[in-house]
Amino acid sequence: MSVPLLLADGLSKRFSGATAVDAVSFVVESGQIVGLIGPNGAGKTTLFNLLSGVLRPDSGRLIIRDRDVTGLPPHRLARLGLVRTFQLARELDRLTVLENVLLAARHHAGERLLGALCRPRATAADEGRLVARAREVLSLVSLSAHESKPAAALSGGQKKLLELARCLMAEADIILLDEIAAGVAPHLVEKIGQLVIRLNRDHGKTFVIIEHNIGFIRSLASRVVVMASGRVLAEGSFTHVAANRTVIESYLGQAA
Amino acid sequence: MDAYLVAILTVAGVYVVLALALNLQFGLTGLINFGVVGFFGIGAYASGIATETLGLPFVGGLMVAILAGGVTGVGVALLSLRLSGDFLAIVTLGFAETARLVFNNEDWLTGGPRGFIIRTRPVMSGLSRDVTAWAVLGLVAAAALITFLVLRRLADAPYGRILRAIREDDLVPSTLGKNVFVYRLQVFVVGSAAMAAAGSLYAHYVQTITPDNFTTPVAILVWMAVIVGGAGNMLGSVLGALLVTVLYEGSRFVTAGISVLDAEQISALRFILIGTVLILTIRFRPMGILPESQRRASASVPPTTP
Ligand SMILES: Nc1ncnc2c1ncn2[C@@H]1O[C@H](COP(=O)(O)OP(=O)(O)O)[C@@H](O)[C@H]1O
Ligand SMILES: [Mg+2]
Repeated sequence: MSVPLLLADGLSKRFSGATAVDAVSFVVESGQIVGLIGPNGAGKTTLFNLLSGVLRPDSGRLIIRDRDVTGLPPHRLARLGLVRTFQLARELDRLTVLENVLLAARHHAGERLLGALCRPRATAADEGRLVARAREVLSLVSLSAHESKPAAALSGGQKKLLELARCLMAEADIILLDEIAAGVAPHLVEKIGQLVIRLNRDHGKTFVIIEHNIGFIRSLASRVVVMASGRVLAEGSFTHVAANRTVIESYLGQAA
Repeated sequence: MDAYLVAILTVAGVYVVLALALNLQFGLTGLINFGVVGFFGIGAYASGIATETLGLPFVGGLMVAILAGGVTGVGVALLSLRLSGDFLAIVTLGFAETARLVFNNEDWLTGGPRGFIIRTRPVMSGLSRDVTAWAVLGLVAAAALITFLVLRRLADAPYGRILRAIREDDLVPSTLGKNVFVYRLQVFVVGSAAMAAAGSLYAHYVQTITPDNFTTPVAILVWMAVIVGGAGNMLGSVLGALLVTVLYEGSRFVTAGISVLDAEQISALRFILIGTVLILTIRFRPMGILPESQRRASASVPPTTP
């Protein structure tokens, strides 16, 4: 049995009294695509904030590849190979689409103070290589035509695709997608699905996907975790959780 | 009149350095530094003390000023721990006031309100008065040019891209693996050191500094220069600083002709003039005279796709 890639152990987060995430434990194995579903307010986004270091848990531990990373800041977790998208797209309005993607590059000589000042050749070489890669990534999400526009000019759906593009640029192993398909045109949703499958199959990327589009989850996720009121309600294969009475009740009771 | 022009341009050059430094901190990175005048003053006094009290040459004074500005920058930055928005603004404001009180009250070191006399000139001695004035202007202009070239290089580099990202939304670069605190700290310290260098140049130019040289109006002019010129654009800051100082210093002559006003009213009138320029700029060019440009290094990499 190999070590799990990501392990949440009793993670909890309270906001002024209300418990948004309540002792959540689960395991993500390397190479899995895990679907995270549950009604609005279930605590899914808050859980992503805990997993990505944006929020510190009040209690519980977060383990990545056998290493306790509880309480590490987001940039440290990103360097360990975990990146995420935001439910409300956080594009950088006054940077171009290409720059938004380039920002996710790792190991760039020109991103250091002294590199930028004293190593123009290394900076230019890295920039050339990374711009080429950023353009590949942009073409994967059908944003090539928009590369020199300010990100503010993109539509809501395109901003979601830009979020995905940044994750792909970051060379991460674990990618957390928060409602990536919401507001995206149907043919692009299909394309995102195929992309996730290809990255998972060919490049061994691991995904955790929050999504309300049940068809999207059904077609992608090998395992589904259901949350409600901050707790894990059920987990297992899609058919397994879909047959679970409490899941159906909590889901249909609130979402419908 | 020639001498006045040289004098105005020399002061303008000092303001160019200040505006460029603030543009790095605020225009590019979004750090609100209301303590510009504190770093400016620390550089001036540190340089003066190094050359007069310790007997170092001008270059030594300049180095001590840069070091003092940088070290103070680290201190102020760590005080406002994560350098987040409003808190940094308040801490820097308090810092500038504290610095001024120190200049005023530590007579043994700074000469207090009577002022601190600096005899060390930044250029070789024995030149005529005119030539010295021109040489000092040349030195200040060279310093401004170097500051401009270095900071523009930073701004155009991938480094500058991260600074702009931090300004727009610091959570994004942070979740993409960039240590936002380190970038903010570097920018704050580099900017503070440059402001202190400007203080050194200024001190050796005017030759007598008093705490009154380092009060809020100076900081207001620098902020106006950055905003009028175009926050985020280094050339804009050069232009803004030149415009603001020429207007402010130049208006001395115009208002001097209005004999019905006393000195304080005239000073207020000059600020009203500058304020009007600021309001007009924001009204008609909200991003400044030269807005932050879109053309940057990444765009110059040619497309690989046919
Ligand atoms: N920053 C916050 N401050 C206070 N309450 C919050 C905050 N973030 C989320 N919550 C609350 O936590 C609960 C879970 O929210 P969220 O994690 O966004 O759910 P989901 O993503 O499953 O819809 C909600 O009741 C929400 O109002
Ligand atoms: Mg959510």
